[in-house]
Amino acid sequence: MSYLKSALRPRRAGLGSRQDFFLSWFALPAAAIVALLLGALLMLAFGASPVTGYHALITGAFSGTYALTSTAVKAVPLLLVGAGICIAFRANMFNIGGEGQIAMGGLAGTATALAVPGLPAVILVPLVLLAGAVGGGIWGAIPGAFKAYFNVNEILSTIMLNLVAVQFMNYLLSGPLVANSGYAVGGLIPQTKLLSPNSWLPTLIGGTQLHLGVLIAVLLAVAVYVLLWRTSLGFRIRAVGLSREASKYAGMSVRPTMTLAMTLAGALSGIAGAMLVTGSISHRMVTDGTLTGFTGNAGFNGIVVALFAGLQPLWTILTAFLFAGLLVGGTSMQVVTGVPADLVTALNGVIVVLVVSVEYMRRRARARARTAAVAGPDERDVGSRQSDATGSGQASATGTAEKEVPA
Amino acid sequence: MSQFFTAAVLVATVAAGVQLATPFLMAALGETMGQRSGVVNLGVDGIMLLGGFGAYYVAAKTGNLALAAATGLGIGVVMGLVTALVSVTLKAEQGISGIGVFLFGLGLTNVLLLRVFPSPVTISALPPVRIPLLYRIPYIGPMFFTQNWLVYLAFLLVPVLTFVLNRTTYGMKIRAVGENPAAADTVGVSVNRIRYSTVIIGCALAGLAGATLLLQIGIFQEDLTNSEGFIAVALVYFGAWRPLGVMGGSLLYGMVGAVVVTWKTLGIIPTSASDIAAMAPAVLTVVALLSVARRYRQPAALGKPYERGA
Repeated sequence: MSYLKSALRPRRAGLGSRQDFFLSWFALPAAAIVALLLGALLMLAFGASPVTGYHALITGAFSGTYALTSTAVKAVPLLLVGAGICIAFRANMFNIGGEGQIAMGGLAGTATALAVPGLPAVILVPLVLLAGAVGGGIWGAIPGAFKAYFNVNEILSTIMLNLVAVQFMNYLLSGPLVANSGYAVGGLIPQTKLLSPNSWLPTLIGGTQLHLGVLIAVLLAVAVYVLLWRTSLGFRIRAVGLSREASKYAGMSVRPTMTLAMTLAGALSGIAGAMLVTGSISHRMVTDGTLTGFTGNAGFNGIVVALFAGLQPLWTILTAFLFAGLLVGGTSMQVVTGVPADLVTALNGVIVVLVVSVEYMRRRARARARTAAVAGPDERDVGSRQSDATGSGQASATGTAEKEVPA
Repeated sequence: MSQFFTAAVLVATVAAGVQLATPFLMAALGETMGQRSGVVNLGVDGIMLLGGFGAYYVAAKTGNLALAAATGLGIGVVMGLVTALVSVTLKAEQGISGIGVFLFGLGLTNVLLLRVFPSPVTISALPPVRIPLLYRIPYIGPMFFTQNWLVYLAFLLVPVLTFVLNRTTYGMKIRAVGENPAAADTVGVSVNRIRYSTVIIGCALAGLAGATLLLQIGIFQEDLTNSEGFIAVALVYFGAWRPLGVMGGSLLYGMVGAVVVTWKTLGIIPTSASDIAAMAPAVLTVVALLSVARRYRQPAALGKPYERGA
């Protein structure tokens, strides 16, 4: 859990060596470059030109209105899941259940839109998103409460709940929620009826896919930032993440906070699920029988996005857009070079491994920088740090957290 | 329901359950070794996918099934070196780096499948090996002693690893490093060397588990494992970090899976409810995790990288 502890610590302008400076500012871009180089090698191995491949990827993702709006729409689930991951991981809760939470949110939103199609859009659009939040929230609350009250490993329980969610989705989309036409014909992919147009997310720019969800997702990411650094609940979440014992000793309600952090993370993923339905081109929920078929792996990629942003919700807005670009551009790359777009998933994996691997070295570098800055502003006593912590949004939760915590 | 309780159907279901349990067992036994030394490897699913694809490639190109299994094992060893480097030397957050390995395996095998096998071919299945004399025992023989050799290997590993963990110096070092690495270090046990060895053994078995799954199914498809690697990690908790417990969990998982399939074929449960029935193993695992978490203590240093003097 040391990664989180260091992520919670404020960034310092330390007086370290040149190597330390490099580690603290260029480690993440370097990880991305290493992953891209590996991708280039794979393209070469398949007899494709990496220059052509990456050119196609970048053009496909960021060149022109259509590409940019597609990327922005693709970024929505990544951003929402990523913002949720910022909350959960900072509470030291490893939420790997984004996939299942997205699916449950999508199902709850779809069921709501199908149940009350006549409501005016002003009511139905928010109602569907709220239903998504409830569906995903419940799917986050279960592992959260199991961890908080019964000490059940949340990584495993969230993964198991993903497996339950996929079966539940297949059950609903092959029975209760399935459209009469289509599935009955046989051989078609199961899907729901076309949702009422009153539930559709309105598009912001005519002729593009850019819908209201993009704006809502950005606002929610800002809200997560405010929650984490400007409210007492956010303070509790971060404090519990740093040390359950210390938080308990300080009189905080540790278990409800842990549960709530997972519930919020699930709710954000659930909203993403609802938006994947009401913001889609087909405006119905479609499944090929797998979770990825619906989520596009956003539950896992959201983790990558949040980690790359250093668990900072505002940076997550940028990283979500960049990684969405990889996904959108990956399709163009596949068309031009014939290298399957799944290459992007593999590279995301490499990035995750590299990011968590350099984290230890970065932490060591920062510790060295701190020791080097003798009598500098970093050597203040614990008391002044605590006032610092309550006063500044950048400071960490408790004074004790500033000490180098044994891994 | 009555057609289910006939000797032939029951025997076939149990035999299928044992076979289904084998990849779980192999991967979970490997993970047990790593976890007893204090390292969580969540990349099992990705390594199983890579091992499975390697086995598929070799089997499809050469037709040599033993070589295919060895390839899965070899890929596991390579991934084990990477995992150990990341988790032990670089002291990465193990829960997260494992997800990275999973995404890498998932993405890479999909890319390779589409590029190398545009139209996938089926490979010949592993032939059953009859254990002399034992296979003649009525009912028991066809259930347990007419399986392929990888099944026997997996179940043979249970007593072997129990012995290694509890009765050998190496096993004692593994447990010491998993419970109190600082103390082990003080008496001269190399924490890193022990952890490297257990992680590599674990990943090798994960790769072999992927190969076993592939050789039992006979064809590689997108996301072949369908989260089996993650379930294997859960089974380690389920089995309270003991090989015998892990075997119990794997068999339970395999049996439930086989029963659901049989019931579906026999029409005992309607197709519409089969998705609900398929939830059973995952729900069961969550419930089991709940009871294990209350009764057993995990290795004290589980998931914590060791830093001398910290």
